[in-house]
Amino acid sequence: MRAIAALYALALYGFIFLPVAVLVLFSFQGSLFPIPPFNGPSLRWYAAVLGDARLTAGLVNSVLVAALTSALAALLGFLSAWGFARFQLPMSGLLRGLITLPLTVSYLIIGMGLLIFFNWIGMPKSLVAAGIGHVVINLPLCFAILYSQMGDHQANIERAARDLGAKEWQVLTLITAPMLWPALFASFFLAMTFSWDEFVISFLLTRFDTTLPVEIWNLLRAGLNPKTNAVGALVFGVSVVLAIVFEIVAFRKRPA
Amino acid sequence: MSALVFVENVSHSFGATKVLDAVSLTIAPGSYTVLLGPSGSGKTTLLSILGGFLNPSHGRVLIKGEDCTTMAPAKRPTATVFQDYALFPHMSIGSNVGFGLRMKGVAKAEREAKARDMLGLVGLAQAFDKKPHQLSGGQRQRVALARALVVEPAVLLLDEPLGALDLKLRRQMQDELKAIQRRVGSAFVHVTHDQEEAMALADHVVVMNHGRIEDEGSPERVYGTPATRFSATFMGESTIVPGVTANGVITTALGDFAAPAGASHIAIRPEHMRLGLDISARVSDVVYQGSFKRVTAKPLKAPDIDLLARLPAETQVKPGDEVKFSVDPARVIVLKD
Repeated sequence: MRAIAALYALALYGFIFLPVAVLVLFSFQGSLFPIPPFNGPSLRWYAAVLGDARLTAGLVNSVLVAALTSALAALLGFLSAWGFARFQLPMSGLLRGLITLPLTVSYLIIGMGLLIFFNWIGMPKSLVAAGIGHVVINLPLCFAILYSQMGDHQANIERAARDLGAKEWQVLTLITAPMLWPALFASFFLAMTFSWDEFVISFLLTRFDTTLPVEIWNLLRAGLNPKTNAVGALVFGVSVVLAIVFEIVAFRKRPA
Repeated sequence: MSALVFVENVSHSFGATKVLDAVSLTIAPGSYTVLLGPSGSGKTTLLSILGGFLNPSHGRVLIKGEDCTTMAPAKRPTATVFQDYALFPHMSIGSNVGFGLRMKGVAKAEREAKARDMLGLVGLAQAFDKKPHQLSGGQRQRVALARALVVEPAVLLLDEPLGALDLKLRRQMQDELKAIQRRVGSAFVHVTHDQEEAMALADHVVVMNHGRIEDEGSPERVYGTPATRFSATFMGESTIVPGVTANGVITTALGDFAAPAGASHIAIRPEHMRLGLDISARVSDVVYQGSFKRVTAKPLKAPDIDLLARLPAETQVKPGDEVKFSVDPARVIVLKD
């Protein structure tokens, strides 16, 4: 019985991780094709990736877009969560639903909507346009995380600060934001993870300068080679790091 | 007398519910006022209105002669100690206490010195560099007190400050609160539903019920001659007996007593119910309390009345006994509804 369970677990994890493992393995391939037999390990394809100006430019663009849009999404999510948590707004439930709605809409639809809209207002395709798209998809996420962490106890703490003479911006910067640091970090890193390997919106909304996933797609159109594996492994590595940071920040034990 | 705080005809409603109904109240400088009442009596709402966290639907609040009715909490000379203490969890105790001074633009060295002094006053000088989560409930309470007092408010508002503490700590903090209040000289306004706490602390007790002030005065006055039946039952225990008044006399099941027109009940405090000759009653319960015995009995002539007596601890009495009680007519409290 235990053997069957172990075998099942092995099959399950194999199913999830085998493709990634194979991708990473053949990124170290010594020859021209990422197919068995494996004749590495070799770092020549990593060198090729880092020597490719388009890929490195895409990498820098991706990091910039991910960092800036995540910071913006966390900031806007924080402010809107604070507004909903602390003030009695008309139709609060409906508005809260609307702000989280993009979570359930596919990235393709959001991307198309933005494409049509930007066309209409005459805004050209660019990294900024894609960045706006990333804020649109990550803001609801940041909002949901931060809103769930704002309780009545903190409202009283803010009241105490106000009573002692703090102005609203001081309450936000000195009291509310520091109290919510873990949630702010967590939402920022989760947004980073999503922005980092987002493809559809970046594909639709950028033209000349673009993000790494789009560059990888361009590369794939020319056919498989170990260089795609190497860049894929790099992307995967960064995602893992971001996810680990998120886990540590979100789930570490906090003092009461 | 110059009033420090004057609450003038204040009413407040939450939706359709009226929580304060035309309340007027005067608070003297340097006094210790306790707002006493059951939950839902409006005492916390009144405190929030004094602190500026709520704007009343009607009426005015004057503090130091200035109309503060809609003034922001920070602008008025009040500070609040919150029921859950509301300490800033990410700041050290010293920064918590110094926060009010920081907001006033006081230089760092000066506000740290003042924060240390204030922490010394509440007996927590050694906690300056700790974080709130490292302190016990009683210690956090003191920090909250120090944080509010450091801005030297004319009125300190305390919202059930001892509610979260265990009984022993509560009694100890009561004594300290009173001592601190005498030392700093601010007027304290303290909300509680604990009548013992109210009697121990207050110079001025305000008994509230259903959004109205039922009675107010010194604890001795309110306990000795409560103005209403509610006040008699909420502030201490008593035997309450209905009666009929005619020609300056109220006739009750326990006898006739002098009474003004309109009196409807009499109340007798348990310590004024003595063993005697007048009222025969069947004992239903005896609780030994160390220094006395708390005896409940039902008069033979009026078995629907619960007669409460506080008898000497050595009295030999047990449930089922027939006992005779007497009342000193001078000690009988006559109540109007």
